[in-house]
Formats: sequence, structure tokens, C-alpha cells
Amino acid sequence: MAEKILLRAENLKLYFKASKGVVQAVDGVDFSLAPNEAIVIIGESGCGKTSMAKALLRLLPRNVDTYSGSIYLDGEDIMAMDEEKFRRDVRWVKMAMVPQAAMNSLNPVLRVGDQVAEPMMVHHGVSKEAALDHAKTMFQRVGVPVDFINRYAFELSGGMRQRVAIAMSLVAVPDLVILDEPTSALDVLTQANIMNLLKRVKKEIATSFILITHDISTSSELADRVAVMYAGQIVEVSDNNRFFTRPLHPYSVALMSSVPRLRSNAVLDFISGQPPSLINPPTGCRFAARCPKRFDKCAQEPPTVTVDRRQVKCWLYT
Amino acid sequence: MSDTTQVSEVIQTAPVVARDALLSIQDLHVWFELRRFGFGHAGYVRAVDGVSFDLHNGEAVAVVGESGCGKSSLMKTILGINTPTKGDVVYNGKPLTGFNRADLKWYRSQVGYVQQDPYGALPPFMTIQNILEEPLIIHGVKSKQERLDRIYKALDEVKMTPVDEFLPKFPHMISGGQQQRIVIARAMILNPKLLVADEPVSMLDASVRVEILRLLRGLQENHDLAVIYITHDLSTVRYFSEYIFVMYAGEIIEKARVDDLIRNPSHPYTLALLAATSDPDAKNVDEFQEVPPGEPPSLVNPPAGCRFHPRCNRMIPGVCDVDRPPEFTIEPDHKVACWLFKDE
Repeated sequence: MAEKILLRAENLKLYFKASKGVVQAVDGVDFSLAPNEAIVIIGESGCGKTSMAKALLRLLPRNVDTYSGSIYLDGEDIMAMDEEKFRRDVRWVKMAMVPQAAMNSLNPVLRVGDQVAEPMMVHHGVSKEAALDHAKTMFQRVGVPVDFINRYAFELSGGMRQRVAIAMSLVAVPDLVILDEPTSALDVLTQANIMNLLKRVKKEIATSFILITHDISTSSELADRVAVMYAGQIVEVSDNNRFFTRPLHPYSVALMSSVPRLRSNAVLDFISGQPPSLINPPTGCRFAARCPKRFDKCAQEPPTVTVDRRQVKCWLYT
Repeated sequence: MSDTTQVSEVIQTAPVVARDALLSIQDLHVWFELRRFGFGHAGYVRAVDGVSFDLHNGEAVAVVGESGCGKSSLMKTILGINTPTKGDVVYNGKPLTGFNRADLKWYRSQVGYVQQDPYGALPPFMTIQNILEEPLIIHGVKSKQERLDRIYKALDEVKMTPVDEFLPKFPHMISGGQQQRIVIARAMILNPKLLVADEPVSMLDASVRVEILRLLRGLQENHDLAVIYITHDLSTVRYFSEYIFVMYAGEIIEKARVDDLIRNPSHPYTLALLAATSDPDAKNVDEFQEVPPGEPPSLVNPPAGCRFHPRCNRMIPGVCDVDRPPEFTIEPDHKVACWLFKDE
């Protein structure tokens, strides 16, 4: 492709060992991301969204069974790096993350300013004073009053804590920030504030975002492109315009028709049944059992086809 | 003494009470005392500050507001967990403050409660059968067979079939949506007249939310159930209830039919809430959302006058920051506590 690519994942797999067998949490995921682009990853809980984020940042738990595939960041294969090089050159410097329930992930016994300053001291070797100055500019950028720098996490409201966590991810000016459910525990007005903040950051410092969420309405505030995950696989990648109006994959269609809307009278629908277990996922299309459009071919693994520059993993489009 | 004046006030301001309300909230105040070093008065948290409304059989109302606006305190007072500081909750003509233990036990069989987090609400060491049997035992259903029959009926109603398969399971063995159905079945098993649902779908996946909302709506219609649906998510409200009450800082600031509220939102805070609720639309990427500045006020020292005035872009100096706005009726069944509507 002619366009510049910041991140490309190819056949990324992350399996976990569990007592009942191997959980195929991320099973052969391919996608790419351009600089200053925001991609939203949506899907039901347990579909592997968070595992994929962790696989990208190599934040792995102890029970990993398989971790394979390639991840290219700025053309460099970061899967091939050793742990120390990855920590020094990639994590937080090029790729940072705002974890799920970030507001509760702050250290309760450290001042929030020190926590935001820390990545600068560790990765760029600056003095504590300089790092704190840098933290102050970050606080301004994300809309936290600068004098909050000496406060502890419990002294801040949920929205403010979320902003601090975002400031922390941005402090070393990474190329890519992965946001895992950044607004799910927040109030509507605070959600709107945080989405405004992310939009502004995206314009001002040209960061790329991977936004992981199950809240499709809110995700439309930031998404340039949308990737839909189902049972450990990406089933559709599309630009925002066409996805929100005419999704392709039957799962995306069902998901979109289950979104409650304030400004339309559309009748809501739900997806009956449950996603398959990731321990022994069914062969063929994993959505087939719940799919209203299934036919004979669905018993075989569907290929990912490109329809009009959108990727969809479904036999209907072959 | 003060009780009689309150009641007469309520009757004056709300003459519509003519039809017997199932639940009547009358000028309810729930204040929590703050103490310094465990004793010594240090002020009150005014969680609910002057809320009144009536609820009839078969009516569903949604109480919408941000966290900390007092909606949970209101709910807990209705459930008889908090005691009102002033005002009362009147159920079927009987005030809750006058209840003794036996009355309270009866009241709790009349009111079902659906919790927000289904996993937290179900005891992990009890099977589904035990969970559903317990309220029946407590409320004196002696016959084992009758208890089982009622459990089958309740599970059938929440579409947990085949029932036999689920009875011996523990909560962790079923999905979140199924757990929430068990919570609903437990709330319904004593055939209550009123159901209080506290964010019943906020912990669930989008694909399951609609299913649970539809289930609740079906139960409400089949049993002529009154429902109080507490939520912060405006977009689900219109699929569920007839009326909507918007709460801000311990007060209800707008009451309307759902359609009227969405067609003609009037209080500046309601407008802000609606503006901040997005629908999936690719155009959203290019626009910043309008959000009122600041955060909700402290309920210990709420601002004088209208509690929203420090954040309001249509504040009238000398009015909004001085006097608390009363409810103005702007169309039938649509009331707004905002000085902008004084003349209408």
C-alpha cells in the first residue's frame, strides 16, 4: 500500500493455558494502522479485545501457551526484540496504554504528579524537576488543574483520575496509545469530556489510537476505522462512514442493530445465543451458530476478503 | 407538627393525586450526618433534597442522573434501607416511617429489587434453586412442592429454560446475562407490585442489554408492575419507560413523558445530558461535544438558588443564584424546575 503504516499485526496469536485446555484468546489477527489514525476495536466481552491489547504491548500473564505472529512498528519487527530492548525502546516510548478501569490503576500512595513524571525519568533520563515540569504541561493539555500535581489519587474525581491516566500514557509522546474501555465507568458528561480531550490530543500531537470498547455509540466519537472482533478473530475492518451506516458481516449488522439510539425510533434487536467457548472453538465460521444468514459453506473456515477496501471474514462476500 | 404542613403542601402542589398512587414520594429529604472524629456535628450530605412524585400501578418511570446526584439514596429510601430525614415514602396509603418489623417484612415482599451487578448480587456458594427458594422460605411458603412450582414459573418467565438444567448450577457457571435474569427472577418470585431496578443493564454487553430490557418490559406489562428504573444512560430509557425524571444534585429538575423530554428538553442540564449522549454516527469524529464546565456541586454545601446555576450558560443573575426554582408546568405532564420557564 502507498499509505504510510505505523503498526501492522500479522497472524497475531495469544493462547492461554487453563485447567480445561488452551484458551485461544487472540487467534490469527491481522490489521494495520496509519499514523494519526484511530481504530476502534469493538466486540462482546470475552472476545479477546483486551488480550489483543496486551499482546501488542507484550504485557503477558504467566499462563501463556502460544504467543506468535509478527508486529511491525514503523517497519521494525518488535516481536523479534528481546525483552530488555522492547522495554527500553518500545513500551511507553512508542506505544503506551491506558488500562481498563484506569482510574483505579493509579498508585494510591504516590502523588499523581510523580506517577505522571516517572516515565520521563525512566525512559528519557531527565531530572525529577524537568520531569515534573513536563508532567505539568501534560496536566494542562488533558485539562487537569496544575496544582493537582501534589494530590493523591483518592483526592480526585473519577473523570480527573481518568485524565491523569491519559496524561501518564501521553507523557513520553508515544506514536500510539492503546485505550482499553476509557469511558465505560464514567458519567455521560464526563465521557463526553474525555472523548473531546482525545479528539484534541489526536489533532494537536498527531497520536494514533487503538480504542477498545463495547460502547459503539461513544466509539463513533473517535473512530476513523472500526474493527469488529468475535471469538478471538477480527471479522470486519471498515472505515467509520460505511461501518456505522452499512456494516457487512452479519455479526456487525446484529451488533449495530442492538445499539439503543436516542434520536431514532429503530426497533432494537439482540443476538440470541452466546459466543462460543474459546477453549474448543467450532471449526468453520465461529459466528455460524448464531448467524441468521448461515449456509453450507459456513462449516468451513471463511477467508478474509477485501470488498471495496473493507475487509470482511465471511463466505457471503466471496 | 411539621408533618401536617408538609402533607397539606403536597396536596396543594399536586392535586392530581386523586387516583390512588401505589407509591407516593412526598417532599422526601435524605440527609446523612457528617461527624468530626466520630462525634460532633460537621454538617449534612443532602443526598436527596425535596423530591416528590407519585407512581401508579403499571407505570414505569426512569430516574436519570449522574453518579452522586442522589439517585441511589432515593432508591434505598424507597426500599426501606435508608430512613428519610424529612418527608415520607407512602406505599398504598401507608407511610414507611410508621412501619414496624412485620410491616417492613410485608413491604419487602411487595417490592422487588434488581441490582446493578448481577454477579455481586448472587451469593456464590448457593445454587440457583437455593437462591430462588430463600425468599419463599422467609416469606412463609411452607410446601416444598409449591416453592418448586413457583421457581419453575419464575425461571420460565425470565426464559431460563430448560429449568432443570439451571437449578443445580452456581452463579459463576452461567453468563452475565443469565445471572441478571436470575436476579430478576428472584426479584419477581414473591409477585411484587413494584420493581426497583438499579442500572440493570449497565454491566452487560450491548448485545444482551436489549434482551434484558425487553424482558423487564414484558414482565411489567404482564404483571401490571410499577417499575422505577434508575440509570445514567438516556439512550436506553426510551425503550423502557413512560416517564422520565432527571435528577441533579439531590433534586428532580425535570419530569416528563419520555417522548416529550426527547422532543422538547427544557432544563439546561437536560439539554446538556442529551447533547452528550451520542448515537453511532461517523460525523461525530469531526465535532466536539458541548459539555457544561465544572463538576456537580458538593452536596454538603450545595450552591444557593438553582443548584445548576454555576455551570449554566443561561443563568439569570440575581434570580438563579438566589432563589430555588419551583416546578413550572410547561405542557401537560411536563414540569421543569428552572426560572427560564417562569412565564409559561
